[in-house]
Amino acid sequence: MSDFLREYLLVLLFGLLAVGVVGGFVGLASLLRPDRPTPAKLENYESGVDPTGSVWSQSQIRYYIFALLFVMFDVEAVFIFPWATRLEAFGFFGLIEMVIFIFILALGLAYAWRKGVLRWV
Amino acid sequence: MSAVFAVEFAFWQSTIFKLLLAFVAVLIPAGGTVYMYLFKMVSFMQSRLGPMEAGPYGSMQLLAEVGKWAQKEDIVPTNADRRVFVAAPYVVLISTFLLVLVVPFGPDAMFVNFDTGIFFALGVSSVSVIGILMAGWASASKYSLIGGLRAAGQLIAYELPLVLAVVGVVVQAGTLNMQGIVRAQIDGEIFGFGGLGNPYFFTQFIGLFIFLVAVQAELAQSPFDMPIAESELVSGYMTEYSGFRFLLFFIGEFATANIFAFLAATLFLGGWGIPPFIADLMFEAGHDHWAFNLIGPAVMLTKMLLITFVIYWVRFTYPRFREDQLQTFAWKFLIPLALVNIAVTGVLKVVF
Repeated sequence: MSDFLREYLLVLLFGLLAVGVVGGFVGLASLLRPDRPTPAKLENYESGVDPTGSVWSQSQIRYYIFALLFVMFDVEAVFIFPWATRLEAFGFFGLIEMVIFIFILALGLAYAWRKGVLRWV
Repeated sequence: MSAVFAVEFAFWQSTIFKLLLAFVAVLIPAGGTVYMYLFKMVSFMQSRLGPMEAGPYGSMQLLAEVGKWAQKEDIVPTNADRRVFVAAPYVVLISTFLLVLVVPFGPDAMFVNFDTGIFFALGVSSVSVIGILMAGWASASKYSLIGGLRAAGQLIAYELPLVLAVVGVVVQAGTLNMQGIVRAQIDGEIFGFGGLGNPYFFTQFIGLFIFLVAVQAELAQSPFDMPIAESELVSGYMTEYSGFRFLLFFIGEFATANIFAFLAATLFLGGWGIPPFIADLMFEAGHDHWAFNLIGPAVMLTKMLLITFVIYWVRFTYPRFREDQLQTFAWKFLIPLALVNIAVTGVLKVVF
């Protein structure tokens, strides 16, 4: 196996370590903790009174526009990283290119701002 | 590591060693900062003593707490989506453990030396959002749902300033490799004077500010603690969790705080390096000496404690933002500021 893949094998192993830690802790605690469920205990918490309405209720997600905006900006941030590492090689050419890119990015944000998307609705 | 022991380890041997060290590197600092800052420092800030009974100055309080949580009944509400509910803490902790993977603690003392280290860190740090959203959704509780949705909205809003603040450092260092960023700071010069290196908080102080604010928000610490907001939402997305599952969210939160502090120390405070003129006085080889595999972790721990101190200081000083103020702050202040920071850093990098 190449070193490159071995490094990513370690990522997998660290993930498994996390699973092991969580599973181990919860498993060990099961030796200590009591287990006496009652219907009242297993109800959802609503400030101590009986829950009203369906628990799978609908809720307005107010910031889905922010999420859309985020997706765009995050993809664009990915473009900035390769440029940032190679700036020294590109010099002024790369700098001007990226200033234009960031300007367009900022323009998009300004447009969203002007359109009132960034306002709380 | 081989430089320290002068023997070559097989892959499986070094892997087991690394997994044990990761366990220590995640959980011990988390416990330490929780006791030092969350229990004691905050108590002193609020003119009280904090835990005093368990052990000298209450230093065993944390073990007592763990013992207490371990005895709590494990409750999964009948209405909850059981599988997702149980899986959520796993996802949060996976994010934490993958985050520590790329932190360098010395010239050889690091778990993995990815070429795109910081990029990997930013990627896995956002995995915890999924865990939190899972917890909020699967609990089938109104408080949890609102908390989970708030958390999602907040974490994506502050992911961008976090990423953009790092770009300034990457521009200066010219690499995404964590070890490379540390080296660039050690070898750096301030106006031709290399005695202090060039820790990037001198030049990237705006980046550091944005990074710390974004970290505060990513961790849902006050003044950005709306997802938990105990006076409004009971305990937000954690409301329905009890016993050890709740504690695991707690551990995940504080362990992640430490690892973000490690990352901030690496990016802005010179990582495991000390001012080069001291290192040159100590060893002829300077920072390349093998002893830095042992000094490095201590240096990192010191810098981490410094940054977590700021995190908890802010946490217990400022009142909670309102939800719309939070979004406005991210989109209308931090992101434009970060973009300007990138542009200015780029110009200065090319001009000098």
